[in-house]
Amino acid sequence: MSDFSTWDIIRNLLLAARWTVVLSLVSFIGGGVLGVILLFLRIGKFAGACAFARYYVELFQGTPLLMQLFLAFFGLGLFGIDVPAWLAAGLALIFWSAAFLMEIWRGCVDAIAKGQWEASASLGMGYFQQIRYIILPQAIRIAVPPTVGFSVQVVKGTALTSIIGFVELSKAGTIVTNATFQPFTVYGFVALIYFALCWPLSKSAQVLERKLNVAHRNH
Amino acid sequence: MSLIEITEVRKAFGDNEVLKGINLNVEPGEVIAIIGKSGSGKSTLLRCINGLETINAGSIAVAGAQLLPDELHLRALRLKVGMIFQQFNLFPHLTVGGNVMVSQTVVKKTAKDQAEGMARKMLDRVGLGHKFDAYPDELSGGQQQRVAIARALAMEPIALLCDEITSALDPELVQEVLAVVRELAAEGMTLIMVTHEMKFARDVCSRVVFMHQGRVHEIGPPEEVFSNPQTAELKQFLGML
Ligand SMILES: Nc1ncnc2c1ncn2[C@@H]1O[C@H](COP(=O)(O)OP(=O)(O)OP(=O)(O)O)[C@@H](O)[C@H]1O
Ligand SMILES: [Mg+2]
Repeated sequence: MSDFSTWDIIRNLLLAARWTVVLSLVSFIGGGVLGVILLFLRIGKFAGACAFARYYVELFQGTPLLMQLFLAFFGLGLFGIDVPAWLAAGLALIFWSAAFLMEIWRGCVDAIAKGQWEASASLGMGYFQQIRYIILPQAIRIAVPPTVGFSVQVVKGTALTSIIGFVELSKAGTIVTNATFQPFTVYGFVALIYFALCWPLSKSAQVLERKLNVAHRNH
Repeated sequence: MSLIEITEVRKAFGDNEVLKGINLNVEPGEVIAIIGKSGSGKSTLLRCINGLETINAGSIAVAGAQLLPDELHLRALRLKVGMIFQQFNLFPHLTVGGNVMVSQTVVKKTAKDQAEGMARKMLDRVGLGHKFDAYPDELSGGQQQRVAIARALAMEPIALLCDEITSALDPELVQEVLAVVRELAAEGMTLIMVTHEMKFARDVCSRVVFMHQGRVHEIGPPEEVFSNPQTAELKQFLGML
């Protein structure tokens, strides 16, 4: 009843998957940069900045990503600002990723024993020297696996942006389904493509975790 | 003028006043043992001298310079006074050599080869020159503590604070660390150490401070303090009652 071949379906989905990849990368990298800034506010010595970072995280972790997308897309529209779907999607995902990455990394900094701060202080190091030479090198090591693991959440999070009309993999799946009336086949392929994107990431998070654990024991 | 002058120092955590007016003057080259029950404020006193805790009242002066709680003064103080911890606190991501070099290169901006020379010298001094490239978790507790001593010595402090530095060690490893401390004392290093090693305190220390409920309860040369305690509390602590 339609002249869509299986190959046509896959080709269209793969083309749209590029946007899933781009959006994931933008969100992850943008969220990472913003997350680092928030992290330094959070562990820094200025009470106001620290509180700001804390509320930021609570706000973005305490509301569904979907609401954040709606607010970015429709909310700004209320003020007469016309936000294209790609911009709203990108911004919302960056802000959302930043909150989670910052929390992950803060946990890693907190995991460094208090004795490390005290020993480096007693040797005369200043705050930034402690961070740079003692705390971060240890925190980064334990932060890598959960950070890579979180990238999987980002990839899956991009699927939500289909709701505000951004054409990535999920949205393309809906469009193609409407044209082919083969939802099971189409969404089957959609799921496979997501799996192909996410599985290597979660697998490498596992491998890294094991590697770094061993490295920590034997160097 | 004494090397370390502690005058009427008070420190409270919330409502809990832990130090209730401590007075203590330490002369250059003295070895002071601080003894006392758990919770009497021994660690807190050492941590105040190193600026890890800020005092609520009184004053602490090291080599004539007042201890003030801003970072500039604190760092200047810590260059003069090193500290060794019960839990060693070596940096696990750095080699033994790296542990001893990092503060020299970062804080003093010493050139790398010079810092390495100093690190090797100090590691030799504690008998661990051959472990330069090992990582801390490849060492025994006693060896780790000796590296921590070398690390503090590399900053060329004029005094060392030691907080129960053998308490986390297996009994057979205690002596190798005490031997290093004994040597430092013989070389004239000023030492203030919290310790439960009474025999060591008796042999090595010039004065013993007995702390009780946040005060210096009794103080004197070891032979007096240990053989002829004046107060019931000290007698009880020494197991003489
Ligand atoms: N950071 C802190 N916050 C609140 N209370 C503290 C803190 N550090 C120490 N204290 C309290 O101060 C008191 C004295 O502690 P301190 O560690 O100086 O004793 P100590 O003489 O070293 O004992 P120990 O022999 O067990 O090491 C204790 O009652 C302890 O609970
Ligand atoms: Mg103590």
